[in-house]
Amino acid sequence: MPNKVIVKNLDFFYGKSQALFDNNIEIKEKKITAVIGPSGCGKSTHLRTYNRIYELYRNQRATGEILIDGVNILDPGVDVLELRRKIGMIFQKPTPFPMSVFENVAYPIRLHYKLSKSEIAQRVEEALVGASLWDEVKDKLHHSGLALSGGQQQRLCIARAIATRPEIVLMDEPTSAIDPIATLKIEELLIHLKKQFTILIVTHNMQQAARVSDYTCFFYKGQIIEYNVTNNIFTNPQNKKTEEYITGRFG
Amino acid sequence: MVFKYHKRETRRGTLTQMQMNNPKTDLRTKRRSLRFRKWKDKLVRLFSIFSITLVVGGMAWILLTVISHGVGVIDFKFLTQPSKPYGIPDSGIANALIGTLLITLGAAVLSVPPAIAGGIYLSEFGKYSKIGHFIRFSANVMMGIPSVIVGLFVYIILVVPMGTFSGFAGAVALAIIMFPLVMRTTEDMLGMVPYTLRESALALGMTRARTTICIVARAAKNGLLTGILLGLARVSGETAPLLFTALFSDSWPTEFFSQPTANMPVLITEYATNSPFEEMHAAGWGAALIITLVVLLINIFTRIVFRTRHAK
Repeated sequence: MPNKVIVKNLDFFYGKSQALFDNNIEIKEKKITAVIGPSGCGKSTHLRTYNRIYELYRNQRATGEILIDGVNILDPGVDVLELRRKIGMIFQKPTPFPMSVFENVAYPIRLHYKLSKSEIAQRVEEALVGASLWDEVKDKLHHSGLALSGGQQQRLCIARAIATRPEIVLMDEPTSAIDPIATLKIEELLIHLKKQFTILIVTHNMQQAARVSDYTCFFYKGQIIEYNVTNNIFTNPQNKKTEEYITGRFG
Repeated sequence: MVFKYHKRETRRGTLTQMQMNNPKTDLRTKRRSLRFRKWKDKLVRLFSIFSITLVVGGMAWILLTVISHGVGVIDFKFLTQPSKPYGIPDSGIANALIGTLLITLGAAVLSVPPAIAGGIYLSEFGKYSKIGHFIRFSANVMMGIPSVIVGLFVYIILVVPMGTFSGFAGAVALAIIMFPLVMRTTEDMLGMVPYTLRESALALGMTRARTTICIVARAAKNGLLTGILLGLARVSGETAPLLFTALFSDSWPTEFFSQPTANMPVLITEYATNSPFEEMHAAGWGAALIITLVVLLINIFTRIVFRTRHAK
């Protein structure tokens, strides 16, 4: 299986305090990789380097290499707008834009592509079908995106993220703010989405990691302690820390 | 002393002998008085009800006074005729109404665009920069400047060189008062938009400017409008700056840029304080009632507009 992302010697700093220490990992294409670990261990920080979203904050800084399709995206010459088209991101809390359901999905499409109205409508529908939201919203495409339920809002955000046809989708605890039934729907959706996308998902929920992911990566204090096929991590962890964490002894 | 306590029921359940014998774990000796806590609860509630009564009562009192004094003079002529010197019949306030409308709108046109732009800079781009802190500090100082000084300032820089009082000078004075108000509310309202919304917009490949204008400002739209309306409400009643700039006139406000321009606050001041005639006092009350009603209607209207928007 080809590697989509290769991370080499990644360090990350919040001001003077270091949050990631020498992270090295290879992310497999069109697989789901779960990132687990106790709170504050650097899972989200690691994820947020892949699309350089941390650059919004002036005192955050990453060093090392993140090769995506062979290109080091930490290189200042890389166009961050194009990078972010290729890499979608879903956040912990659903963040629909203050506009209609249709516009929420059409906005990023218009941002990156010059398309006719009917082509846009078609791609909005595709994205909503892809996020298994179409049947629920097809009659209220012009209602506000904020009027949907929490789980629907999160799937709307997924539709919005996949509408630009990215290659990688980053998910930062996408189900931690929504109810169990909506969570189940999103997990089913993930299995479906990995046919098209390389997915990285940060999760606090170990059952979730075990259910949906192909590979699992365990973080502890900013370091990658163990990275392996999910089944091996959960049945036969090599590191003592990993074992302690997945058996619930800390974290 | 201690051994007197045997195992017994308390409100929290049963205490073991060990807990009772250890003065550190025996919390019964450290209970706060429930009666005192409940009494404090009641006191806070009574105090807030008292404060609300004070506010609502004060408002009702002002409204009733203005209505009872002003309602008698209001008729069709009062609203459609311009003001006239004492003794000439069919005097009204229409010129002052239109003048106030022009001056306030002028102030909005002059102050709102730079204030919104400044608020965006403070919240999105220069939040922690030295320039940002300096601008924020200056805006706070500007908000504290007495309005009469703003009037005098505009008198020196506009009225004296132009050689005439004018509605435009009034608009400039009100714009100076409105600018820091709208800028700071814009900054505060944009600051209330969660950071994850900015992140998700940026994560889709939007530029910083597009994120700010199309997503963040849009999410804060109601807040921004409220800020502008609050600013307008604040300046529409300002009297002192207009005394030195727009002054007053009995004619229609046709020469907005070159002649003294009629306006409501100065009309009320003049009629109430500088006139010995009962009829003019009454007309002043009528004008006060009209401007109060207009401000009230603007408030109610914006609330209705926002509510229907939200329901959609």
